[in-house]
Amino acid sequence: MYCEECKKRSATVHLTQVFNGQKTESHLCEECASQKSGFMFDPANKFSIPNLLGGMFGSSYSVQGMPALALQSICPNCGMRYMDIRQAGKLGCSECYKVFNQELEAPLRRIHGNSQHLGKIPLRGGEKVIIRRQIEKLKNQLQEAVRAEEYEKAAEIRDSVKEMESKLL
Amino acid sequence: MSITDVVNSSFVKWMDTPAGERDIVVSSRIRLARNINMIPFPHLLDQVNGEKCIEQIKNAWQKSPASSVLASMDMISFDQLPALERQILAEKHLISPLHAESDSPFRGVLVNSEGYLSAMINEEDHLRIQCLLPGLKLSDCYMRVQELDNEFENSLEYAFDENRGYLTACPTNVGTGMRASVMMHLPAIQMTGQLNQIIQNIAQLGLVVRGLYGEGSEAIGNFFQISNQITLGQTEEDIYNYLHTISEQIAEQEKLLRERLEKDLKYQLEDKIGRSYGILSNARVITANEALTLFSDVRLGVDMGILKGINIFSLNELMVEVKPAHMQKRTGKEMDAIERDIKRAEVIKKKLGTISE
Ligand SMILES: [Zn+2]
Ligand SMILES: [Zn+2]
Repeated sequence: MYCEECKKRSATVHLTQVFNGQKTESHLCEECASQKSGFMFDPANKFSIPNLLGGMFGSSYSVQGMPALALQSICPNCGMRYMDIRQAGKLGCSECYKVFNQELEAPLRRIHGNSQHLGKIPLRGGEKVIIRRQIEKLKNQLQEAVRAEEYEKAAEIRDSVKEMESKLL
Repeated sequence: MSITDVVNSSFVKWMDTPAGERDIVVSSRIRLARNINMIPFPHLLDQVNGEKCIEQIKNAWQKSPASSVLASMDMISFDQLPALERQILAEKHLISPLHAESDSPFRGVLVNSEGYLSAMINEEDHLRIQCLLPGLKLSDCYMRVQELDNEFENSLEYAFDENRGYLTACPTNVGTGMRASVMMHLPAIQMTGQLNQIIQNIAQLGLVVRGLYGEGSEAIGNFFQISNQITLGQTEEDIYNYLHTISEQIAEQEKLLRERLEKDLKYQLEDKIGRSYGILSNARVITANEALTLFSDVRLGVDMGILKGINIFSLNELMVEVKPAHMQKRTGKEMDAIERDIKRAEVIKKKLGTISE
């Protein structure tokens, strides 16, 4: 593709311009692009949100194997179907994440490169999650203690794991 | 201090660049997306759920203890706030332009008196809590926004899942729900033609670059906002520390290039800056885009000591004062494009006249 501006060099920079809500794309060479100051830079076109979501949800259902079923199930809380979510690029409510948990796995991986939350946990409603994470940590320590043949320490850790686990019941 | 005071004040905290600080990182922002469990996300809100949602948030605000951050904020719903004032809040970067467009009674905003903390109600998510500070202050922003988040959590039951984290309307925000961003002024990188290279590098690092919006939401004046793309599978600290490191590296590059310009193109640079200052202080008619482009040169001149007696703080204020809603508020009437361009020139001339004495 040639640069739209000079029509000489090849277009290596792809810009997205939003003007009065209208989105236009320009394909320019680096030199012409650097002259243009009136642009919103969207260097990784593959990252732009509508593209991303369309692509994400779209391909996820072919990956999923049972598309018909997924497309027909409905969130009992908000009434969204998976195909509605795909179309809107948005989920309907917190319950959608449960109902479409499986369908969301692949899209989330594609967006974030990951599908497991590692950050902050709310205190309210997150108590058990916090305990589970602590147990996880203790179990790792336990393994290390055993490996280092520190059996007394290992026994102590095992006791705390038991105590923590009792809090989950 | 009420929201009306914030609307009427020309000051908001992010403009307050400390004296002596380089004009490269203008401001830092951390924004958290939060939703209430079971209530449909804003794009699906009906009358019943809409009322329920804003009621719960209002309740959290009213019942917050007197010593809390939340209690120090003011709240208003958008059926109570005129369109012009909503636009003013958007021009000050306290709410998004999209949020300002609606006058729905379910939408609203909470703002603190210095304008560094705000929370949009029912934008894309039920709550979007943000902290905006001058300079490179991401961890400060995070601490403050955290505190507010915890206070909301005392009375709101957040939508949260052990594996997916904080649940958001758009799956691009799920997990931490956190968007960290840094606004940078990069004229030397732009002038030396390295901008596209740097933008491409940043994109490969999993970050996003956007321009500062002028009248037509286009990037102008060499301002760029860099933010994280990924919100799931990383801790909040990792996300903002990473952005901090990259921002420092870009700022360092900008600094080096400014020094090189000063050494190699001293006269051309001083000429460019002097001309821009000349136009700004003498023009009678000026468009928003021209003004923002020239402001960039003047900022560079101030930062490099070429223009004396002007501080960056005043230029930050000026950049916001020449936006359409701010000018309309000042004149008290709606203006067409030409009238705005005339008024803009007047505001700039006056301000540059008083601050360069
Ligand atoms: Zn070209
Ligand atoms: Zn739902």
